[in-house]
Amino acid sequence: MPSIAVWKFTSCDGCQLTLLDCKDELLPLTERVHIAHFLEATSVSEPGPYDISIVEGSVTTPEEAERIRWIREQSGVLVVVGACATSGGIQALRNFADVDEFRSIVYARPEHIATLGTSTPVSAHVAVDHELRGCPIDKGQLLEVLTALLAGRKPDLPDTSVCTECKRRGLTCVMVAHGTPCLGPVTHAGCGALCPAVDRGCYGCFGPMNQPNVPALVPLLRRSGMGDDELHLVFRTFNANAEWT
Amino acid sequence: MQVVLDLDGLDALIGVLRQDGRVVVGPVLRDDAITLAELGSAADLPSGWGVGTGPGHYRVRRRQDTAVFGHSAGPQSWKRFLHPPRRALISSDPAGFHPVEDNAPDYAFLGVRPCDLAAITKLRQIVGGRAPFVVAAQCTEPGEVCFCASMGCGPAAGSGYDIALTERIDSTGHRFLATSGTGEGAEVLARVPARAASPDDVALAEQDVEAAANRMGRAMPELDLRDLLARNRDSAHWEAVAERCLTCGNCTMVCPTCFCVSVEDTTDLDGNAERSQRWASCFEIDFSYLHGGAVRTSGASRYRQWMTHKLGTWHDQFGTSGCVGCGRCIAWCPAGIDITEEAAALAGSEQP
Repeated sequence: MPSIAVWKFTSCDGCQLTLLDCKDELLPLTERVHIAHFLEATSVSEPGPYDISIVEGSVTTPEEAERIRWIREQSGVLVVVGACATSGGIQALRNFADVDEFRSIVYARPEHIATLGTSTPVSAHVAVDHELRGCPIDKGQLLEVLTALLAGRKPDLPDTSVCTECKRRGLTCVMVAHGTPCLGPVTHAGCGALCPAVDRGCYGCFGPMNQPNVPALVPLLRRSGMGDDELHLVFRTFNANAEWT
Repeated sequence: MQVVLDLDGLDALIGVLRQDGRVVVGPVLRDDAITLAELGSAADLPSGWGVGTGPGHYRVRRRQDTAVFGHSAGPQSWKRFLHPPRRALISSDPAGFHPVEDNAPDYAFLGVRPCDLAAITKLRQIVGGRAPFVVAAQCTEPGEVCFCASMGCGPAAGSGYDIALTERIDSTGHRFLATSGTGEGAEVLARVPARAASPDDVALAEQDVEAAANRMGRAMPELDLRDLLARNRDSAHWEAVAERCLTCGNCTMVCPTCFCVSVEDTTDLDGNAERSQRWASCFEIDFSYLHGGAVRTSGASRYRQWMTHKLGTWHDQFGTSGCVGCGRCIAWCPAGIDITEEAAALAGSEQP
């Protein structure tokens, strides 16, 4: 039975929680894979190597930069999950600021804090086999990648726009029909158009799609009422470090 | 056969189609748009609702009257029913392979605008399937992004309908001139309470539809588009479009004739597998993935592919244009890219 390990880096734990959230599928899954390391679910930890490693979180400390290399060596397939692991996450806001300054203001004894100047995705450190986007990831996509690995097939993870999912779902475009600003046309698919389905604009938590045309979207977002502050927030929150342009 | 129905007659028509076991689909007001859904009765129709459209713009608005077909094309088309967004093709379990039965219901489409009637014909030429019963609604109110007249697809209903309705509201009331296009259509109409059509009823309906032809918001340039596109593969204009194009794929998804699919296999944890198809778009980079990589990576090449196929090579492939002039790609493009303007710009760029 293939072994699976779930690892946490700098993150909120929400993405690995998605695995526990696979309520109906969790027991059948444990009959197909052996969970060797998953601290959010069990304190029992078995030594590697592991057939599949699922990594959540970004690399923000020297220790993490070392540990991700060790995990890569121990893992057959490396799947990174969530905005932190795929782009650096919200904590990548540090990439545009002075971390030493933060450290001196936040901590009473800053000399005890060992941290890197940047928050980087796993792919900046080691080779990654599959990436799941989102803050948090989509449960269906997690099961898709696991069932694909178990069957030895390519996972179906389109890198196109959220609009394709929105239209297939039969939703009415919130930007065209309601004037609601929406990042769907530049955002990576995978959520199933979650926000437009509840009449809200996409705010890009899945990060940029393959070759987004952000400069073409920005004037449309402005026309829908977004100002400089809002534009800054949507592109500089969940996937601040991602290549939007 | 030509008769005149009132609103109760229209309701009776829906009832007769439902009695015959058909799933009647027509326009409804939902999520601030005129979308398509199953109709239980004429009360489900968007009475008194119209729409205002523009490039990248669509708003429903209250009409002065209670017309039920007084709206131009909405976000959805009949493609959703004839060629669903996702369709299982074959499944397997540990016992073997199982073909997936086509369990599409026996549809009756009600309120099909002439542009969409033409689109149904073009789409069924490609995807096949059981013919729906079609109750067309001739166009007496084209929208701002409509150009069916210049594509030869409206505002009068062409061939392919079972019944064509022309709605009129005036001092003598709210009524529909109903014309049968097939024997089956005549049989259905014969079961609906109606009065005989007078020469005046027929003349007024013709007059309303003719007037609509002159109120199209847009027109496709009058030239051989197939030749124009073939000559302009290397035009600098494609880059100009690509600056505005989001490559989001909305135009292809809302197009009533775009038929491309991607075929995917899925497996579950219990040993079951399914092969299915889903709507794909030539704006997706993966769409042109061949051995080793995608061949159309630039936005310019992807827009060129879509427009060239829609207006040009569709002729070579299917003997007709792929465009019916419904205007959906203009309204539902968030960037408001206008296929008629781009065609005119291409033609203009050729002038010495």
